[in-house]
Amino acid sequence: MSVLAVAGGQLLADSVISFDLGSLARNFWALTIDGLTYGAIYALVAVGYTLVYGVLRLINFAHSEIFMLGMFGQYATLMLLGFGPSGNVYSEGTMMTIVYLGIAMLGGMAVAGGAAVGLERVAYRPLRKRGAPSLVFLITAIGASFVIQEFVHFVLPKLTGGTLGGVNAQQPIRLVQASDVISFANTSISNIEIVIVVSALTLAFAADVFINRTKFGRGIRAVAQDPVTATLMGVSRERIIMLTFLIGGILAGAAALLYTLRVPSGILYSGGFILGIKAFCAAVLGGIGNLRGALLGGLLLGVMELYGQALFGTEWRDVVAFVLLILVLMFRPTGILGESLGRARA
Amino acid sequence: MRRSTPRLAGLAIVVSAGLVLAGCSSKSAGGETTASGSATAAGALAITPLVQVDASGKEVKSSGSSAAATPAGKGGAKCSAVSIAMAGALTGANAALGINILDGLTLAVDEHNAANPDCQVTVKQFDTEGDPQKATQVAPQIVSDTSVIGLLGPAFSGETKATGPIFNQADLLSLTASATNPGLTKNGWSNFFRGLGNDNSQGGAIASYLKDTLGYKKVCVVADDSDYGIGLAEVVTQTLGSVADSACAAKVKTGDKDFSATVQIIKDAAPDAVYYGGYYAEAAPLLSQLRSGGVTAAFASGDGSNDPEFVKQAGDSSKDAYLTCPCGPAPDAFATAYKAKFNIAPGVYSVEAYDLGTIILAGIDSGITTRSDLVKFVAGYDGVGLAKSYKWDSTGELASASTWVYQVK
Repeated sequence: MSVLAVAGGQLLADSVISFDLGSLARNFWALTIDGLTYGAIYALVAVGYTLVYGVLRLINFAHSEIFMLGMFGQYATLMLLGFGPSGNVYSEGTMMTIVYLGIAMLGGMAVAGGAAVGLERVAYRPLRKRGAPSLVFLITAIGASFVIQEFVHFVLPKLTGGTLGGVNAQQPIRLVQASDVISFANTSISNIEIVIVVSALTLAFAADVFINRTKFGRGIRAVAQDPVTATLMGVSRERIIMLTFLIGGILAGAAALLYTLRVPSGILYSGGFILGIKAFCAAVLGGIGNLRGALLGGLLLGVMELYGQALFGTEWRDVVAFVLLILVLMFRPTGILGESLGRARA
Repeated sequence: MRRSTPRLAGLAIVVSAGLVLAGCSSKSAGGETTASGSATAAGALAITPLVQVDASGKEVKSSGSSAAATPAGKGGAKCSAVSIAMAGALTGANAALGINILDGLTLAVDEHNAANPDCQVTVKQFDTEGDPQKATQVAPQIVSDTSVIGLLGPAFSGETKATGPIFNQADLLSLTASATNPGLTKNGWSNFFRGLGNDNSQGGAIASYLKDTLGYKKVCVVADDSDYGIGLAEVVTQTLGSVADSACAAKVKTGDKDFSATVQIIKDAAPDAVYYGGYYAEAAPLLSQLRSGGVTAAFASGDGSNDPEFVKQAGDSSKDAYLTCPCGPAPDAFATAYKAKFNIAPGVYSVEAYDLGTIILAGIDSGITTRSDLVKFVAGYDGVGLAKSYKWDSTGELASASTWVYQVK
């Protein structure tokens, strides 16, 4: 173990920053797997930022709250299915657990997708009709984000008799017991990690096919590339915008379920905030407006954050994320894969 | 172009409605299967008192609290337009602690008011959300409210540190039931008193307990980024000495929910125990992730995690976790009265808030009408409360402080 600088002191307060290559080397594969798992979730959320930006040139800062609503959506779905919060894990058998998780994911997708479309109609469309400048959209997005958070914080508990929302995180409903499927050296891959990565990659692949192969996807790319010409060619801009929000919301809802598998006690009114910022960061890293860029950016960010934590100390997670972003943007100002949703095919 | 928009909106609604229906229609089937194969009773785990220890980890026999002072006093006290301020997190992620304190104080004041019809004291609550920045905005409001004779709070160490000079300048009694950062009494604030042991006593006690009583050889100390968590972890690390492994000492952020790297580093170190300095909002997910990551080491944390919410969030993972608190368990009579009034069992610091409220009320009943007289009254106070006996030294620390070790069982 090589500890340089002032690290390794007896007092926590003394070790400001360490440089621990040994820790990174020993834990490399375990961190990579954890990072890919978390990065896959970033990636799904990042798609929502990137699609909306591609079509509207709008940073939808309320997207993190759409994700948060997705977490509540899947939680409520599980409650409707008859599950209640409990200390230990339900044992339903593999098949039924997958079915329940699938239904919960659909619930999360429905809530998040619906909320994203609703947000677009209530907050953004009226502004667009009046031709508001882009700064107004940005402020509206931030405002909408607060409104949704405080709704879940104060109003939702009153509407649901204290079952949902409020000050504390929801008491977890645990369907899956984490167990190691593959183990080697000091690395193990759990069933939860496999489920998250496989589901996230499948959904990401589906989104990619949808954008690149279908008629709707062509419409989205057309509007992103040149809204005026697209309109002249008979593409309805309003429809495409709504579709874009819907897809972003649905993927955020799916990500919400995967996230709660990993962090069962993360269902909280403010629980989307940090993850949303990271996903936005991932979108910019990969090239905002570019779907594959968002996926790549998410995975890269997830992995690099954990490497950085092992290397410099666990408190440096966010710093590592943003330093990485700045470094990449210095050399590639439009992100790793470039900016445009319309043009980028790589 | 306009015409087609509602059609797509309709489509979206139909699609989402269909998804919801898909969920609902399977509900009954799901309900049946879960009824048979469902999890066992959830509320089985609870935080139970284990042992009371002194700063060196040795057991202290608890002194009976039969002679405790009551808020009712002798009755027939006279006063007018007096209020006690309470400042702390009443909303936000760590509001449970603030509400425990507010309820404990409210109970004391209500008992007092019932017995003293000519001295109706009111409680004024000031929500700081536990945030030092918010607290500095709230503090001047407390000072400028002339009916406020004394303050119970602030609740957290960070906000106490930030607002201390404001209250000190106004010579307003600042009697905290929960801020345990040791540095707070080293500022020369003559108006500041701590109604419980500080992190030095709490941290030292649990560290000695882990090292000497339980005989652990390797402990990873994790801290959050709050004044409270950092201070506590520092004392624990110091007391543990060579038992604390600096290679797996980690820091996390308040608000974090994912601790992948921290878990992996701890797993790599394979310690006997993990100590966490911080609050339950992070302690619970950290512990669940440690357990699902395959770390079986014992888990210990301080009063910030000592809350039923910790057990709720961490579920079965919280089993056998050690939680310390300078606060004592609630006596039965108090618990019954508290439960009857607030429909919830007393939480951490409820008893202390009640005791400290009683002391302020005793001051008011003795005819004190100015803020500075109340500060003098508390400085010279010597009496027994429900939790312990209260007598302060010149810095505002309790003359003798003990720590309770609780375990989730």
